[in-house]
Amino acid sequence: MAGPPSAKRRPRRRPPAWPRRFAGRALDYAGRVATPLVSRFRASLQLRVVASTLIASTILVLTFSFVVAGSVTSGLLTDRRDTAVDETVNAVERAAEQLGQYNSAADPALGQTMQRVVNDLAEDPVFAPYLLLATGDGDVVKSHPVGGIDLPSQELRELVRGGSVAAQHGTFDFDDAERMPYLIVGAPIQLTVDYELYAFYPLDSEQDAISLLRTNLALAGVALVLLLGVIAALVTRLVVTPVREAARTSQRLAAGLLHERMEVRGSDDLARLAGSFNLMAENLQSQIRRLEEMSMMQRRFTSDVSHELRTPLATIRMAADLLYDTRDDFDATAKRSTELLQHEIDRFEDLLQELLEISRFDSGFASLEVDAVDVNPIVEDVVAHHSALAEDWGVTVTVHRPKRRVVAEVDSRRVQRVVRNLVSNAIEHAEGRPVDVTVAESETAVAVAVRDHGVGLKPGHAERVFDRFWRADPSRTRRTGGTGLGLAISLEDAKLHSGTLQAVGEPGRGTLFVLTLPLQAGNRVITSPIPLRLDEEAPDAR
Amino acid sequence: MSMRARVLVVDDDPALAEMLGIILRTEGFTPTFVTDGEKALAAFKEHRPDIVLLDLMLPGMSGLDVAKAIRGESGVPIVMLTAKSDTVDVVLGLESGADDYIVKPFKPKELVARIRARLRRGDDVTPERLEIGKPGLQVQIDVPAHQVTLNGAEVKLTPLEFDLLVALARKPRQVFTRQVLLEQVWGYRHSADTRLVNVHVQRLRAKIEPDPERPQLIQTVRGVGYKAGLG
Repeated sequence: MAGPPSAKRRPRRRPPAWPRRFAGRALDYAGRVATPLVSRFRASLQLRVVASTLIASTILVLTFSFVVAGSVTSGLLTDRRDTAVDETVNAVERAAEQLGQYNSAADPALGQTMQRVVNDLAEDPVFAPYLLLATGDGDVVKSHPVGGIDLPSQELRELVRGGSVAAQHGTFDFDDAERMPYLIVGAPIQLTVDYELYAFYPLDSEQDAISLLRTNLALAGVALVLLLGVIAALVTRLVVTPVREAARTSQRLAAGLLHERMEVRGSDDLARLAGSFNLMAENLQSQIRRLEEMSMMQRRFTSDVSHELRTPLATIRMAADLLYDTRDDFDATAKRSTELLQHEIDRFEDLLQELLEISRFDSGFASLEVDAVDVNPIVEDVVAHHSALAEDWGVTVTVHRPKRRVVAEVDSRRVQRVVRNLVSNAIEHAEGRPVDVTVAESETAVAVAVRDHGVGLKPGHAERVFDRFWRADPSRTRRTGGTGLGLAISLEDAKLHSGTLQAVGEPGRGTLFVLTLPLQAGNRVITSPIPLRLDEEAPDAR
Repeated sequence: MSMRARVLVVDDDPALAEMLGIILRTEGFTPTFVTDGEKALAAFKEHRPDIVLLDLMLPGMSGLDVAKAIRGESGVPIVMLTAKSDTVDVVLGLESGADDYIVKPFKPKELVARIRARLRRGDDVTPERLEIGKPGLQVQIDVPAHQVTLNGAEVKLTPLEFDLLVALARKPRQVFTRQVLLEQVWGYRHSADTRLVNVHVQRLRAKIEPDPERPQLIQTVRGVGYKAGLG
C-alpha cells in the first residue's frame, strides 16, 4: 500500500503544542491568581464589605441610570412624535390642495404634480426635510434619493392604507449623507385617488441629547460606585483596624505573652473594646499568675509533706517491723497490738503514697517517662505478683496475650501500677470466679482488659468507679484495705499517656475494665483493640 | 565476709538515724553516723566505709553534692535514702553517683537486702577475661582483678558499673531486658524501677564509649533492653 510518506503525516497528526501549552499556562496563572484572591476574600472583612458595597451600588446605579435614561428618552421621543404628527397632518392638507384636481391615478400629469408637491413640502422649513408620496397603486415619489433599506415598512403602509396616521423609527441615509435615525410619520390623503404621505423627521438632535445624557449618567455612575467603594473601604478600615489589632493581641496573649495590651485611643466604641479587652487580659494574667503560684505552692507543699511525713514514718515503719518480727516473745495483747500496728502502718503508707500521687496529678507535675517496652511481661509480672492474693480469694487469673511482643512507648512504672490496681480490684470483686486478663494491640494502640465475673456494677456506677474514695457499697467491708484512690490514679495515669481507661459492668455478670494506650507516645487513642462490652468473651489474642 | 561491714549513715533526722543504727547492728553491720552534709566527706575519709546510706535532703551540703564528692574519691556503693520518688529527684540522685535508691518509708528487710546486694562482691578467684568490641575499639575486662581497659588504657569504673559491664559482656550479642539486669546486677527479685538501668547504662557509656550519643559497645535494643555490641 502506497500511503503518503510518514514525514508528511506527522505534523498533521500532532497539532502544534503551543496553544495547549498556552491555555495550560493561562489556566495555571488564573488558578494562582484566583486561589489567593478567594482566600483573601474569605479572610478579609474589609475586602468583603468593599466588594459587596461595590456590587450593591453598581446594581443600584445601573437600575437608576436605565430608569432615568428610559424616561427621558421616551419623553423626548413622544414630544417629537406629537409635533411630527401635527406637522404631517398640515402637510397632508397642503398636498391635498394640489392633488385634489386629479380624478384618476392614471392621469399622466399626476407624477409630475406629486414630485412638485414633495419638493415644495421638503423645501418648506415648516415641514419635514424628506418626504415620500405614494399612490395606492404603488407609484412612489421621493423628495430625495434614499439609501439603505426599502422603505417605509410594510406594517406602516398597512396602517396608513387603513386610514390612520402612524409613526415608525428607522435609520436611513438621504443624499448619501451619514446614516441617521429618523422618525417616519405616515398619513393617508383621502381624495378621489388615495395617496399616502410619509414624512421623515431627523432625530439627530434628540439622539445627541440622549447619548450625552447616557454618557453623563455612565460617568456619574462609575464615579459614584468608585466613591462608595472608597468610602466603604475607609469606614471598614476604621472599624477593622482595631479589630485586627485585637485579634493580633489576643493571639499573642494565647501564645503566652501575657503582657500584651491593646492601644486605647479616644473614647468611642472601639476604644471601649480596647479598654475591656485590656481589662480581660489583665484579669487573665492575674488569674494565670495566681494559678501558677498555687501550683508552685501545691508542689512545694507536696514535696514538704512528702519529706516531713515520710521521714518519721520511716522510723515508725522500721520500729514496727522490728517489733512485728519479735511478736512471738510478747503476751497475747501486745502481740495482737503489734500485728494491728503493722497492718495499719501498711495501710497508712499506701494511703500516703497515693495521696501524694494524686496531688502530683492535681498540681500538674506528673511527668511521663516514656520508653519503648513490651507490655506482655509487665502484665505477666503483675499477675504473677498477685498469685498469693488470688489464692487467698480462691480466684484463678488467666492471661491471654499475643505470642509476639507488644512494644509500646509507655511509662512502664505507670502501666504496671494501672494493671496492678485493675488486677487486685478484679480479684477482690470476683467472688471466687475466674478473672481474665487480655492483652491486644491494633495498628495504633495497645489494650489491657481485666474481666471479672463477680458482683458487677449497678447502672450509672461505671463512671463513678473512678471517683476518689468512691465505694459501690459503703457497707461492704474491704479485706484488702484498698485506699479508694487506686482507680482514680489509674485513670490519671491513662490520661497522662493520652490513653483511656473505661469500665462496664452489670450486676451479677461482672465487670470489664479496658486500659487503652497509644503505641507511640504523643498520639491519641481513638478506638481500642478491645471493645468495651460484657457480652463478648475477651477474644484470645493471637 | 570476715569483717563486719562498715556503713556510713548520712541523715539529719536523729530518730531515723538511731533506728537505722538499731537495725544495722542487729543485722551485723558497724554503722557510723553523720547529720550534716559538710561533715559527710570528712567522715567518709576518716572511716573508709564499705557502703554509704545517704539522705538526699540534708542541711548544709545537699545529698547530691555529697554523692558527687564521694564519687570523686572512690567507687564505694552509695544507696540514697529519699523521701521523694519524683523522677527528677531519683534521676538526679542516680546521675550524681548513687548506685541505688530506697524511698522512705521502707521496710528494714528491704534496706538490708539493698545493702547486702551492693556489698556482695564477686569473690571469683577463677581467672576470667572478657572482651567486647573490635580492634581499635576494644574493651578488655579482667574479672577477678576488677580491671577494665579501653584500647589498653585503664578505665575507672565503680563496682556497680563494673558488674553491669560484666553481666553484658559475659553474653555478648544476647539482649538483656532491664528487668533481667535489675535482677542480676542490682539483686532485685521483683520488678523495680527501670530508671536505675537507664541511668547507669548512660554512666557506663560515658566512660567507655567514644561517642555516648552513638553507642557502639553497649547498644540499646528498642523495646527490649541492652546488649554488648560486637563488631
